[in-house]
Amino acid sequence: MLSIPNLRCKAGKKTILSINNFQLDAGQFNAIIGPNGAGKSTLLKAISGDIPSSGRINLHGLNLSKWTALERARHVGVLPQSSQLSFPFTAAEVVALGLTPLSLSQREAALGIQQEMKRTDCSHLADKPYPLLSGGEKQRVQLARVLLQLSQAMKPPLLLLDEPTSAQDLGQQHSLLTLTKELCQENSYGVLAIFHDLNQVLHYCDHCYVLSDGELQQQGKPSECLTPLQIETYWGYRPELAHLPISGRIAFI
Amino acid sequence: MTTFSVPGFSSDYRFRLATYILVSLLVAGSGFSLISGPMNLPSTEGMLAVVDGLFGTQFSHLEHFQQIVVMELRLPRLLLAMMVGAILAQCGAVMQGLFRNPLADPGIVGVSSGAAVGAVIAIGLLPVSFADWAIPSFAFLGGLLTTLLVYSLARSPNGTSVLMLLLAGVAISAFSGALIGFISYFADDQKLRALSLWQMGSLSGASSANLWLCFITLICLSLAFQRRANSLNALVLGEAEARHLGIQVESLKIQLIVLTAIGVGIAVASSGIIGFVGLVVPHLIRLSLGPNHITLLPLSGLCGALLLLLSDFVARTIVQPAELPVGLITALLGAPFFLAILIQQRSRALPE
Repeated sequence: MLSIPNLRCKAGKKTILSINNFQLDAGQFNAIIGPNGAGKSTLLKAISGDIPSSGRINLHGLNLSKWTALERARHVGVLPQSSQLSFPFTAAEVVALGLTPLSLSQREAALGIQQEMKRTDCSHLADKPYPLLSGGEKQRVQLARVLLQLSQAMKPPLLLLDEPTSAQDLGQQHSLLTLTKELCQENSYGVLAIFHDLNQVLHYCDHCYVLSDGELQQQGKPSECLTPLQIETYWGYRPELAHLPISGRIAFI
Repeated sequence: MTTFSVPGFSSDYRFRLATYILVSLLVAGSGFSLISGPMNLPSTEGMLAVVDGLFGTQFSHLEHFQQIVVMELRLPRLLLAMMVGAILAQCGAVMQGLFRNPLADPGIVGVSSGAAVGAVIAIGLLPVSFADWAIPSFAFLGGLLTTLLVYSLARSPNGTSVLMLLLAGVAISAFSGALIGFISYFADDQKLRALSLWQMGSLSGASSANLWLCFITLICLSLAFQRRANSLNALVLGEAEARHLGIQVESLKIQLIVLTAIGVGIAVASSGIIGFVGLVVPHLIRLSLGPNHITLLPLSGLCGALLLLLSDFVARTIVQPAELPVGLITALLGAPFFLAILIQQRSRALPE
């Protein structure tokens, strides 16, 4: 669904991101990984249009710059890593902002808000002021807003996540990642997420892209991409590979 | 346009209640303001005089000079106070949404000072006979030029930086102050008096041209702001987030800046710099009914009208038969309020 034949981003005169032949399929949970400064956030921002870039980004075969702002908003959602609000909107009001690019009746809108808040496990926060929520709660409220924004997409939507688990506790991390996986499998979302925890990538993601020095170094199934040797090449540290006795899965220590 | 109807979002009932309360207070305040002053009038007669004046009837038994006091002194002044208050309060609310900072105010960003420079040029350097049209147009031009200058200074490839915008506003305010000082220094005694009185803010100069100008501005601005209320809500999430929601953020910001420049320019031209209305009113409305711009903007308009009506009433009755500039009253009310918000914000920020 998303294809980037070529893409360049510059900071001053220095090229900080140079991507060729990037492909992303609908229905897959994709991870971007790489050491700090590899260009992970830059790639995400270039796709979401937050920073200027040269080159082409095609979504469903059409250059993203040719999409109308509303159609684009219905098909590309971005979950920010953290967000502050200087005014005391309630959580439900923040979620309701996801209606901005949609045209729903009042009933449908109210239903949509309830549904998405239930899905991201924040219904109980509906009337609380957003600025008073914890980091993890804020992120779940924002996710509900983004899911609402994408709920009327005609084609599989693209969901961009910037370190989605950074503010969540262990149980919340699991439910958020499981929810994301469901979105891919049941609603054929294409998800592209930045991760730091390689074990999460191994356990939840279908595909991963390894970025280093602003270039795409490697991609493929996480279990094939992520070997101790590869990790040492890019991160400069060689972890130990463990085979978990019960599930039979592998993990890095 | 999408309508919100989640529990707590549209708060329909509370919005209607607040509207009724504010409208009835406005009506009561207007009536009271019309009949009181250095010359107190019987209440029913005062009201009837307005009816007479509007419809050419003969209900009231007031003397001719009393009718003139009501119709040609108090009524225009009352209308001007309400309209200027409504314009300033809405412009304040919009600026706070635009800058995502509850402390932003047309005065702080430099729009008021820019408009004041324009008006002062018109008062101090042009012949008195030009004043009627020259002051508002120069004030608008001054406000617009300042805003565009501040905006272009603060503009960067990633959007406008709030910090730069505010700092540029501070610099522009200082520069405007110096310019006004220069013009005052070279003005003769009569013009100097006109200048300093105008700078403190007064609503006594309400001509009918002035009133019509304010009326048209108020109606157009309120409609234009209301159309953008939803986008302002999204903008509160952040500029990038608003863009992801399909809003043309850059053009929205320019539209809002030009619209507020128009509002502030006209308000400054007709009544001088009246500070803090744009700060206090939206804050009070947010406290009582929440920050949603769909309800915040119209209620700020009503509440701003009420606040300036009351301030002007105090200004002209507290030392009667003389009167104080209304800007003094709003500053007396607003400056401690500003400090209170600052302290509240600081104590809220401390635990983190």
